[in-house]
Amino acid sequence: MYTTELSKTAKIQNLEDPKLLEAFEARVAADEFIEPKDWMPEAYRRTLTRQISQHAHSEIVGMLPEGNWITRAPSLRRKAILLAKVQDEAGHGLYLYCAAETLGTSREEMIEALHSGKAKYSTIFNYPTLTWADIGAIGWLVDGAAIMNQVPLQRTSYGPYARAMVRVCKEESFHQRQGYEIMIAMANGTPEQKRMAQDALNRWWWPSLMMFGPPDEDSPNTAQSMRWRIKRETNDELRQKFVDITVPQADFLGLKVPDAALEWNEEKGGYDFGVVDWEEFYSVVRGKALSRRNAWRPAARPGKTAPGSATLPLRMKRSAARGRPREP
Amino acid sequence: MASLPPIDLPTGATGKGSFDAPSAGAPDPVRFDYLLRLGDDSLILGQRLSEWCGHGPVLEVDLSLANLSLDLIGQATHLLEEAGDGDKLAFHRDVLDFRNCWLVEQPNGDFARTMARHFLFSTWQHMLFDRLTRSSDRFLVEFASKAVKEVAYHRELSAEWVIRLGDGTEESARRMAEGLDWNWRFVPELFEVDETLQALIDRGIAPDPREFEDEYRSAIAAVLAEAKLEVPADQRPILGGRRGHHSEHLGHLLAVVQFLPRTYPDATW
Repeated sequence: MYTTELSKTAKIQNLEDPKLLEAFEARVAADEFIEPKDWMPEAYRRTLTRQISQHAHSEIVGMLPEGNWITRAPSLRRKAILLAKVQDEAGHGLYLYCAAETLGTSREEMIEALHSGKAKYSTIFNYPTLTWADIGAIGWLVDGAAIMNQVPLQRTSYGPYARAMVRVCKEESFHQRQGYEIMIAMANGTPEQKRMAQDALNRWWWPSLMMFGPPDEDSPNTAQSMRWRIKRETNDELRQKFVDITVPQADFLGLKVPDAALEWNEEKGGYDFGVVDWEEFYSVVRGKALSRRNAWRPAARPGKTAPGSATLPLRMKRSAARGRPREP
Repeated sequence: MASLPPIDLPTGATGKGSFDAPSAGAPDPVRFDYLLRLGDDSLILGQRLSEWCGHGPVLEVDLSLANLSLDLIGQATHLLEEAGDGDKLAFHRDVLDFRNCWLVEQPNGDFARTMARHFLFSTWQHMLFDRLTRSSDRFLVEFASKAVKEVAYHRELSAEWVIRLGDGTEESARRMAEGLDWNWRFVPELFEVDETLQALIDRGIAPDPREFEDEYRSAIAAVLAEAKLEVPADQRPILGGRRGHHSEHLGHLLAVVQFLPRTYPDATW
């Protein structure tokens, strides 16, 4: 999944050693990867820590809306696929926390920031999953938007993040196909299934467009992030790409994209589309959402711990008591 | 443990079950029943573990619980497909026609109870599948040859957690002891041999679980000793799952599992 850039307060500090900064910028401009032990400007480190940790949090919180349907998946095949898919998201979270840790913040600190509400995650995961078609729509649209965002990140300037993205993108591409396959079954199914499919598209379309973040003119970090090759394409460029690719997919399903302004523009070779309701976006960011996923997680409630967490002596009293625990 | 009389309903109360679609036409009703016993054990436990997905106490545990669940759902799919139409069997039978043991349908409780249940079950399942690789039934041999490797890992992983929690903090030890105690009364059912199972044993299809009960009890005791935990006191055994008599929990579990195919019987997903 993907995290939108939510913090508008990051200021670029020019207090760094000019020579080091110049050498750093030259490396980045030459498309070299920056590695954990390399010198980097503090603002670069901070921006990346924020972005990668928000991305990791989004993967983890993103497990919840889809996890909501694992126990109710309608066939053995669908159950196994969905479980494996949601498990993949946990794996993505794990790679990303590891990548962020190379910048000097521990996973515990990042999780604490998530639970306290200080750290954000992608707003899309605060929308509820009402029917099985939502599982199709999330794979198709939300993972589709995530891929659009993440493919350029395979070439992002920070090495550990870029390498994590290579694997994540491969898996997300499978996720998107499984989502679209669910949509095909629903769109060609009974009238009730078609209704669920259209309703899911209606509800997930606009939040998916919001996943690319605010319009370029309101995205103050974009210029610096592009310069540092943390970002490789602007929010609006990616959003346009997503619309151009996704609309024909909706047509193929026989579903209607819920945007009266949607129209093919021959001249620009892309679709014109309506304006995203950014009021809605920011109110969801501020927690005025139907589902508040971090509040779902028992660990986020003051005075409560996650089920079983208190029982986990993770730093083993006796490590390797019966051979080394295997990786999951 | 045999000193306490088991809790069970008269066998006559259950009959052969009302689910007539595949069983009526099944060429070998006894074998069919065995496939359901094995398949339902895996299906129901896989479903229980899948409830943890996204809610594991730490990320690595979340991943490993999903792995266990995926293995079990995969096993259930093979077994139920061999018995008939896998989806129909999973989504269109009611409680009386499910053949799983009581242990697997028990609620997850906390992480310690989940791991205690998995330890007690997978230790048994591993010993069973190991012997099933020498069954007279070709399908079961092929099935077990693959599944035994998965279950060996389940057994090892759950034993690790029993030790880690048992010999961990005061709280983790207390919770693990409670988890074992909760699940302990469902262990004797794993070694019960009824008429159906006896027929399968006689034909060389099913292993006789009584033959590995001592080995099982020793294996459990060895892990508990390492975990610095007591073997729970014997309780009155609870039987009946293999004949369709279950705890109330199973009905609720099935209501969740079967909601979509039952609500939209004409739909293909």
